[in-house]
Amino acid sequence: MPSNYLQIKDLSCGYGSDFNLQPITVGLKRGALAGIIGPNGSGKTTLFKGISGQLPLKSGSVWLNNCNLQSLKLRQKARRIAVVSQFVDAAEISVEDYVLLGRLPYRAPFQFFEPQPDVLLARKYMRLTGIWKHRKKYLSQLSGGEQQLAAIAQALTQEPELLLLDEPTSHLDITHQVQVLNLIQRLNKELKLTVLMIIHDLNLAAEYCDFLLMMKQGDIHSCGTPREVLTYDRIEQVYNTVVVTQTNPLSGKPAVFLVSENILNDIKARYGKIKR
Amino acid sequence: MKNKYLSWTLFTLLLLLLFVGAALLSLTTGEAAIGLGDLLPVWRDGEQMEHFILTRIRLPRIVLALAVGGSLSLSGAILQGIFRNPLVEPYTLGISGGAALGVALIIVTGLHLSVGAFMLPLSGFSGAAIVIVLVGLLGFLRGGTDVNKMLLIGVMISFVASSAMMFLMAVTTSENIHGIVFWIMGSLDEPNPLLIKITLYTALSGLLLSYLFARPLNALLLGQEKAAYLGINSKTTIRLLFLLASLLTGICVAVAGVIGFVGLVIPHLIRLLAGSDYRFLLVGSFLGGGIFLVLSDVVARTLIAPNELPIGVITGIAGGILFIIVLNKNRNRRRHAQ
Repeated sequence: MPSNYLQIKDLSCGYGSDFNLQPITVGLKRGALAGIIGPNGSGKTTLFKGISGQLPLKSGSVWLNNCNLQSLKLRQKARRIAVVSQFVDAAEISVEDYVLLGRLPYRAPFQFFEPQPDVLLARKYMRLTGIWKHRKKYLSQLSGGEQQLAAIAQALTQEPELLLLDEPTSHLDITHQVQVLNLIQRLNKELKLTVLMIIHDLNLAAEYCDFLLMMKQGDIHSCGTPREVLTYDRIEQVYNTVVVTQTNPLSGKPAVFLVSENILNDIKARYGKIKR
Repeated sequence: MKNKYLSWTLFTLLLLLLFVGAALLSLTTGEAAIGLGDLLPVWRDGEQMEHFILTRIRLPRIVLALAVGGSLSLSGAILQGIFRNPLVEPYTLGISGGAALGVALIIVTGLHLSVGAFMLPLSGFSGAAIVIVLVGLLGFLRGGTDVNKMLLIGVMISFVASSAMMFLMAVTTSENIHGIVFWIMGSLDEPNPLLIKITLYTALSGLLLSYLFARPLNALLLGQEKAAYLGINSKTTIRLLFLLASLLTGICVAVAGVIGFVGLVIPHLIRLLAGSDYRFLLVGSFLGGGIFLVLSDVVARTLIAPNELPIGVITGIAGGILFIIVLNKNRNRRRHAQ
């Protein structure tokens, strides 16, 4: 399948003169589960905001399914792209109402009642994400992981073609990390949803994504499959940190290990330098 | 889902019923007591003194109470939504300060004595309008909608206006000070039927217009960023709503003075009782504000009869205490539920 479902052409954006992306060109296949990785301040979030339209572009364009996203109105864009932010703003609103807000792009502002199909759709995705049992609770009463699931349910209710997630697992424990990522993987497979997410944890990125974009200083350093991108020399170039890479014995995906300074010093004392 | 709409309908009917009850109470109480059974005969008989009291004094106050209480409370609900700050009320943005300064200026210069009845409301509204334009221009400068900046600007303008007013009060006669203070404390005593009509119609059209934004307001609960991802043009929505709420507040302040607390407390009460969905919150706040002000007016008129207390005193004390009670009850209930 050609890599032009989501096409980013010479995209550059940023914050005034402080930080700007180098012109970025990259494409994603339909049905890809892609991850953006890179150190803090490398431009992950800036690229993300450029794609989602939250930051105005300085140059270039973003195309989704041969449609220029900048030419779309907010409402039309919201029917194609759904965004799950890093933190869910826990408003005093019931989970069911929150998920139903995902149908907003399809409603006229003065349309007062939710049509029954919308309600059924919201129910379907609440069941799919496993928050059905919490539907009557306020969003603020849920745990961080459950809020993240509710946000994903809302995004799905938008019925988008592209799902963007900003570090969906960064503040969750491993149970919820795996739960959220398993769900995203399932949505990717079953709903054929194209997913692009910022993800900090290299091991989770390797395990779940089929395509990785590694960023450094506002530019793409390398991209490809996890095996291509997550080699120890590339990671060390980008992160300036010594790592050891191995293969996960079950999944066959790359796994990245960190090494403490003490151990590194011991090895240096013993062998003179670190041999690979 | 059906349950939600049903409970909103029931709540609206209940509030309408409460309003009718409050109106009847207000019609029957006062210096000249008119029994509930006498209301209709007196209403029909244009000859009696009581007829005059009913139709020219008590009914206009009820209408004005509904319009002013409704507008203030509606503005409070809207502003709390767009600023995502539960402490915002219609006066936070300096609208009351501007209006008060305008009125103080006219009283001190004695212009209201020479020009006529419309002078005070007009100057109050001009003061409010200047503040609205200032906050709007400064807040929306360079295409932004930094709501926190707008809030700070509003609060600062409020301080400047109140200091300027104190300066005026320091240099003027005690008679003028009395006039200013009484205007500031607010009153529903408005002899001009045209002004009452204008206020009522503006309030009702404000309520209708606000319903165009019920769903965007719900989305804005989640923040400007999220609302944009849901297809809402946050900037335009916030600007229009700011304008709507400010104009409503400006007109209320111009006609009835600074009646505090309605715009802060009533939206919160409705939210605690019926949830924060704006599709109900808007009409709920409007009716709740109307009921609250009608009842407050009854108390203000009867407590030290034949004299009248400033209604702002009653709304402040009653509103504050009521709110603390409800908040505590609600906390307890939630704790038990968990």
